Amino acid sequence: MNIAVAIDQIPQDELPSASEAGPAPKRIVVAYGFWIFLLSDIIMFAAFFASYAVLVRSTAGGPTGAQLFNQTTVAIETVCLLVSSYTCGLMSLAINSRRYLRTYLGALITFALGAAFLSLEIREFSSMIAIGAAPQRSAFLSAFFTLVGCHGLHVALGLIWLIVMMVQVAVFGFAARVQHRLLCFSLFWHALDIVWVGVFTVVYLMGVSS
Amino acid sequence: MNLLGKLDWNAIPLHEPIIMGATGFMVLVVVVVLGFVTAKGAWLYLWREWLTSVDHKRIGTMYCILALVMMLRGFSDAIMIRSQQALAAGGAQGYLPPEHFNQIFSAHGTIMILFMAMPFVVGLMNFAVPLQLGVRDVAFPTLNSVSFWLTASGALLVNISLAVGEFSKATWWGYPPLSEMQYSPGVGVDYYLWSLQISGIGTLLAGINFVTTILKLRAPGMSYMRMPVFCWTALAANLLIVAAFPVLTATLAMLALDRYLGFHFFSLEGQGNQMLYSNLFWVWGHPEVYILILPAFGVFSEVMATFSGKPLFGYRSMVAATMTICILSFLVWLHHFFTMGASANVNGFFGVMSMIIALPTGAKVFNWLFTMYGGRVRFSVPVLWSIGFMVTFVIGGMTGVLLAVPPADFQLHNSVFLVAHFHNVAIGGVVFGVMAGYNYWFPKAFGFKLDERWGKASFWCWLVGFYVAFMPLYVLGLMGMTRRMQHYDNLSWRPWLIAAAFGTAIILVGVVCQVVQLVVSIRNREELRDVTGDPWNGRTLEWATASPPPAWNFAFQPKVAELDAFWSSKNRAQATKDEPTPTRKYEPVEMPKNSATGFVTAFFAVVIGFALIWHIWWLASVGVFGAFVTLLAFSFRRYNEIEVPAEEVARFVRSHQAGVAA
Repeated sequence: MNIAVAIDQIPQDELPSASEAGPAPKRIVVAYGFWIFLLSDIIMFAAFFASYAVLVRSTAGGPTGAQLFNQTTVAIETVCLLVSSYTCGLMSLAINSRRYLRTYLGALITFALGAAFLSLEIREFSSMIAIGAAPQRSAFLSAFFTLVGCHGLHVALGLIWLIVMMVQVAVFGFAARVQHRLLCFSLFWHALDIVWVGVFTVVYLMGVSS
Repeated sequence: MNLLGKLDWNAIPLHEPIIMGATGFMVLVVVVVLGFVTAKGAWLYLWREWLTSVDHKRIGTMYCILALVMMLRGFSDAIMIRSQQALAAGGAQGYLPPEHFNQIFSAHGTIMILFMAMPFVVGLMNFAVPLQLGVRDVAFPTLNSVSFWLTASGALLVNISLAVGEFSKATWWGYPPLSEMQYSPGVGVDYYLWSLQISGIGTLLAGINFVTTILKLRAPGMSYMRMPVFCWTALAANLLIVAAFPVLTATLAMLALDRYLGFHFFSLEGQGNQMLYSNLFWVWGHPEVYILILPAFGVFSEVMATFSGKPLFGYRSMVAATMTICILSFLVWLHHFFTMGASANVNGFFGVMSMIIALPTGAKVFNWLFTMYGGRVRFSVPVLWSIGFMVTFVIGGMTGVLLAVPPADFQLHNSVFLVAHFHNVAIGGVVFGVMAGYNYWFPKAFGFKLDERWGKASFWCWLVGFYVAFMPLYVLGLMGMTRRMQHYDNLSWRPWLIAAAFGTAIILVGVVCQVVQLVVSIRNREELRDVTGDPWNGRTLEWATASPPPAWNFAFQPKVAELDAFWSSKNRAQATKDEPTPTRKYEPVEMPKNSATGFVTAFFAVVIGFALIWHIWWLASVGVFGAFVTLLAFSFRRYNEIEVPAEEVARFVRSHQAGVAA
């Protein structure tokens, strides 16, 4: 069947354009609002990125990125976070088909990978501080700890959010607003991945290459 | 370890008679208000109907009340600045010591921009936008309440700084290294940081809320090109909020890290970069001025069209100009520091971009003029403010274009010429705009008009006072007077500064007239009552419902077929007057339930802010925990909506119609 013909047969005046359709349903509104929040969050990261780029050479005689960054650790961190995004996606699929066990399982693996990422990051930070490369050492290190730490803080908040959401699934089941919130959570989690790709490139890859 | 951090009895400046007098007055006002509420037995009413309300109209009204109160506070600072400068010439030192004077101008700027203009503009948007869009509420009503209360928390912290400790002495933009621990070891900058941070987060959440509302919740049939211009300007302003406020959050966080944990973003040691702060601050700061002025432009557009009895001239060009300004506002921030020493090409680029912004703004001025042209203009108070704006703002805009020329700016930078310029656009644009909006929408909010005579008196005092107060500053700037002087030796400046102080006194009369206008209007509310809901013969949907509107705004979802939806529906009704109106079946309305989340979260935000300012770490943890538990409790609430029964909706409509018929 020719689809173009089928579309032509629909009377045009019965289809209002999307902008005239009236108030959108709750699910759309919630997700849309959360997208806007994510954009604003990414702009905040942009400010930290810009500061990092300005201050990256301001080492005040202290250690540089090339001397400090351990690429193996960062690679493992990256794998943890990217895989956790995949398991988060599996969790979303399970939610859509309303399967409790798979939802919990997906959340558990996502949580574990996120926690692993976080513990590796904390270990990296503490080993740097132990050798005197603390944020108080130079403007470069201030910017580094703030940018990467801000991402880590987001991951930590995401983990708390995930726990709360699993409790809500247990209490309310897959109620509409629980689903809306889980949708927002997965958007949040994927956005953190995107930010991490930026961190990985700008901080770690460019840091050791120069 | 000290349980109260840096806080002790010395924090209260008992030896400063001026500060203690102001504090005493503030405490007195609070006690009187609380006593009045108690005497009236209105606590429960206040809690149920206002403090926990998630109704956008109530929240908008509270924003405007906050703004009016803070305007009095910021204006007292202005009086002190002008009187000090009128007195402290040559041998005389005036009555304000330098450290106090520095706090006053810092507080004046912070309050006027972030706690007067911002809440006023956000309040007007809150009140009018959902009504104009023909919907029942904003996208996230409880979040809206959180936004308001966080803004109020910031304002509260600024006011606490008057009594406990001090406010920043490092101006309202807090440039490092002056704002670093090394040069500002007191708590003043910390008060500045946390009050801005907390209210800034509130504003950011409001921005997200309004972008979503305008883009996703409009009456059926209201395509983008059928939206009232005020909604367009609100959309532009909120897009700017979403794009700019995160930068402020990040910048203040970096300064806080410098001050609290010894980081080196902007410090002199550790190769910190002070100019980084200037750039980041104005990447937020310049869009911020458009966040304030664009909704004011929207108010003028509504007022001009309504009171000229004509559709707005050049609706499409108005929309295009608004969105052009929205984008260009991100390309001009460097003109705040041409003298930084960027290359000629960089300065040239930002100079040209700054001048280009004058073009869409100029297009708007012509649109307003042509809207009036050929119309039957009613010179009510909102129109007076609008015409006063057009004259004043054009002058301010021209001095702005002058300052956008980098070589001229090198001469005028940091002089009172600049002070005159931005007051010219801030007062002539934003303040006149919110005053027009306040007079325009007041009858919608309360069901009675504001007194015209006192309103006109107030306008004329403001207008004349503004010129007398600020035109001398242009002259003084050209004579070489720099900003923020607590004392000066050049006696030839003095006559001009006395004139400026005299102008401030005229504005004071205007402010008094405003207060009187409100009191008189409340007293004479029966004579000023408007039962139709459409006192100005309005054009947009907010006038289609009763004044004050019911919680659900519209009994039936309005349908929109063209621009100026209410105007055209009135014309159609006129044409079909003799036909019987079809009876429609009322349906129950689902409304968001009240929530204390905003109020309680903001309470904990104040706790966190105060604790961080005074380094009381345990209390800050308590505050964070409390805020977290509050939000958690909200997320576990089973029902967020209540249903208003159809009979109640029907009863309201019938009583409103009976009122109109009578």
